[in-house]
Amino acid sequence: MVDVTPADAIPPAEVAEMELYHPHSWWTKYVFSQDAKVIAIQYSATATAIGFVALVLSWLMRLQLGFPGTFDFITPEAYYQFITMHGMIMVIYLLTALFLGGFGNYLIPLMVGARDMVFPYVNMLSYWIYLLAVLVLVASFFAPGGPTGAGWTLYPPQAIMTGTPGGQDWGIMLMLVSLILFIIGFTMGGLNYVVTVLQGRTRGMTLMRLPLTVWGIFTATVMALLAFPALFVACVMMLFDRALGTSFFMPAIVEMGEQLQHSGGSPILFQHLFWFFGHPEVYIVALPAFGIVSDLISVHARKNIFGYRMMVWAIIGIGALSFVVWAHHMYVSGMHPYFGFFFATTTLIIAVPTAIKVYNWVLTLWRGDIHLTIPMLFALAFIVTFVNGGLTGLFLGNVVVDVPLSDTMFVVAHFHMVMGVAPIVVIFGAIYHWYPKVTGRMLDERLGQFHFWVTFLGAYLIFFPMHYIGLMGVPRRYNELTDVTVMTESAQHLNSFISIMAFIVGFAQIVFLFNLIWSIRHGREAGGNPWRATTLEWQTPQTPPAHGNFGKELPIVYRWAYDYSVPGAKEDFIPQNMPGAFGTSREPA
Amino acid sequence: MTETTLTHIGQTEPRPAGWQGIAADWSSDQRAFKNVSWGKAMMWIFLLSDTFVFGCFLLSYMTARMSTRVPWPNPSEVFALHIGGSNVPLILIAIMTFVLISSSGTMAMAVNFGYRRDRRKTAILMLLTAVLGATFVGMQAFEWTKLITEGVRPWGNPWGAAQFGSSFFMITGFHGTHVTIGVIFLVIVARKVWRGDYDTGRPGFFTSRKGHYENVEIMGLYWHFVDLVWVFIFAFFYLW
Repeated sequence: MVDVTPADAIPPAEVAEMELYHPHSWWTKYVFSQDAKVIAIQYSATATAIGFVALVLSWLMRLQLGFPGTFDFITPEAYYQFITMHGMIMVIYLLTALFLGGFGNYLIPLMVGARDMVFPYVNMLSYWIYLLAVLVLVASFFAPGGPTGAGWTLYPPQAIMTGTPGGQDWGIMLMLVSLILFIIGFTMGGLNYVVTVLQGRTRGMTLMRLPLTVWGIFTATVMALLAFPALFVACVMMLFDRALGTSFFMPAIVEMGEQLQHSGGSPILFQHLFWFFGHPEVYIVALPAFGIVSDLISVHARKNIFGYRMMVWAIIGIGALSFVVWAHHMYVSGMHPYFGFFFATTTLIIAVPTAIKVYNWVLTLWRGDIHLTIPMLFALAFIVTFVNGGLTGLFLGNVVVDVPLSDTMFVVAHFHMVMGVAPIVVIFGAIYHWYPKVTGRMLDERLGQFHFWVTFLGAYLIFFPMHYIGLMGVPRRYNELTDVTVMTESAQHLNSFISIMAFIVGFAQIVFLFNLIWSIRHGREAGGNPWRATTLEWQTPQTPPAHGNFGKELPIVYRWAYDYSVPGAKEDFIPQNMPGAFGTSREPA
Repeated sequence: MTETTLTHIGQTEPRPAGWQGIAADWSSDQRAFKNVSWGKAMMWIFLLSDTFVFGCFLLSYMTARMSTRVPWPNPSEVFALHIGGSNVPLILIAIMTFVLISSSGTMAMAVNFGYRRDRRKTAILMLLTAVLGATFVGMQAFEWTKLITEGVRPWGNPWGAAQFGSSFFMITGFHGTHVTIGVIFLVIVARKVWRGDYDTGRPGFFTSRKGHYENVEIMGLYWHFVDLVWVFIFAFFYLW
């Protein structure tokens, strides 16, 4: 690695091909902006806004589950619609868009030392198509019949039948169109992120010097480009089934005593297509979180990340493996039992690289100079919640354990822990960490402490009891379970308790939103590098970084991203673009 | 040829060949693919993603065809034309395939002349490619019309499994859309070549970026991909 230190033969770090678009008006500067940083904020704001809709939907669901029979306006149909939209918004329109469109756009060019994404115009289109997808999704709330209530997996045949809310109305069509738009928009952005990382780095920035944040987002984007096509095809085919009367996914079926016009289709085919997308999607959300959390821990423990190369290969290994595990979501679908054997094996193998990552995070903390800042608290919360959710994943990955637990609240608790709470706390940590770079001011510390403790403890109080309810056999997706044997009185008490906790945690998010807005003007001045971090985004001449990121000359990278507390060095961090040798770095040779 | 747009590659000494060269490139700074411009890299990665789209379409069609319990219409008969008193199987598809593959040839020649800065020949060959592409789409429209008049619909057909019509319209429709988009962009790029935008460095209308003659090659990558996909559709849908 050391031999790539730039020599004179290498041309100056001014990239000639990068002709930046210079905005001429307020509109092209802040609205139709081609600056990745503005696009990142647009993505983040839109994702947060629609995410709050999903949060309110979860409150409505908890109202019904915690206090059944009290709220008349939550009909069974409405309950299904809340479930469906909550799940779809959280997974696709919030988490995917925020990690890749939000953090990806902001951090990739800054961290690899580029002026912008390689094709800013395409990048801008990506956001506007995403916004259109969100608007179509929102429109389904106001369409006749309301949004679809098919469950976030949209399984046919029920997704497009009369009994399902939105099945024979507009709901399902708007959902499918919105997903297709999202995929088109994402592809435009995703191509940019991948090419920027591969081909747009600055001098001295080798792949093995990239911060792990970039590795996580990069690998997730590559996965998304290969996994979203399956969802795209599934959406197109289901749209045809619904709108044209084809029978890709629809078998011969009798509905309300009447034989439908469909015959010969395969609902299982949809499940294969959906989960070929759906399982990588879990890691599309998780890998950026892994990367970001590695950087947060390293910065705030003032220590180099333990086993950097192993971390990179674990990210790549998890990404590759996640394409051969999809049918573990389908153990009870009626597919051939031998498939279960294969997919259970691959699923359990994924635990190996994942465990390597967890050990390396803990070993990074070991004897570190741990600063319990808000980002660090959230990073620690991630390790705990992720281990917790990962362990129940081992339960569900085994066919024999999964079959009785399938479709119970245990599954709900598992995936909320592993891909709900865990990535969300990383997003919070990342926002507290990078907010000073984006706005030039710190988020308020006391409100942050309140937000962290309520969110972290509250999330446990919500989802830990849910495991027990699931083990008792309480099924998911039922709006009311009074007078059912599995729903004992004590279980119902737990359910009410979970609901109350959900409101409290949700309230903490409103405090966080207030903090975000209030601190833009009233936060403490941050300066250029408040966390004393090494990576390039903290070394920009201006804060917030100006259009073009690095002023006249691009930075030149002389070291990896993790030179913290280097023995023999004067400061406890050495920026990546600082020339010269200081002490004994632990950069792998 | 590919070097033309890249003036700053960041390395002057000769690089090791073979696997060692790949390892050296990937562990170096700035670029993982040393001779590949941003636009070309982006097109290759897009095509990889698009391969998965067509792959999923074809796999879904094959699943439907293998699992159906009603007979699948015989493509040799369905796609036959009645010419000179006898039914010639697959004749139209054969001509369509020939036209599309020929267009790949003219496209390759356009790329070559583009790098020779021969504006006239490049533009003419690109327009010829576009005409061949449009001919292909036209013949596809004829084929669709014929099948529709014979009673083939997305939801059913007179001869057997309903999935025949659904898959046919969906897959050829999606491929035809790709060809149509290709024709539109061929005309746009041909116009830019003809006007000399790539010599004068005139900025693009939307992107305000300077174009290069490499854009002809990037356009060609897309076009060859669309042809290659057709070969698979031809093999799996018509010849099976």
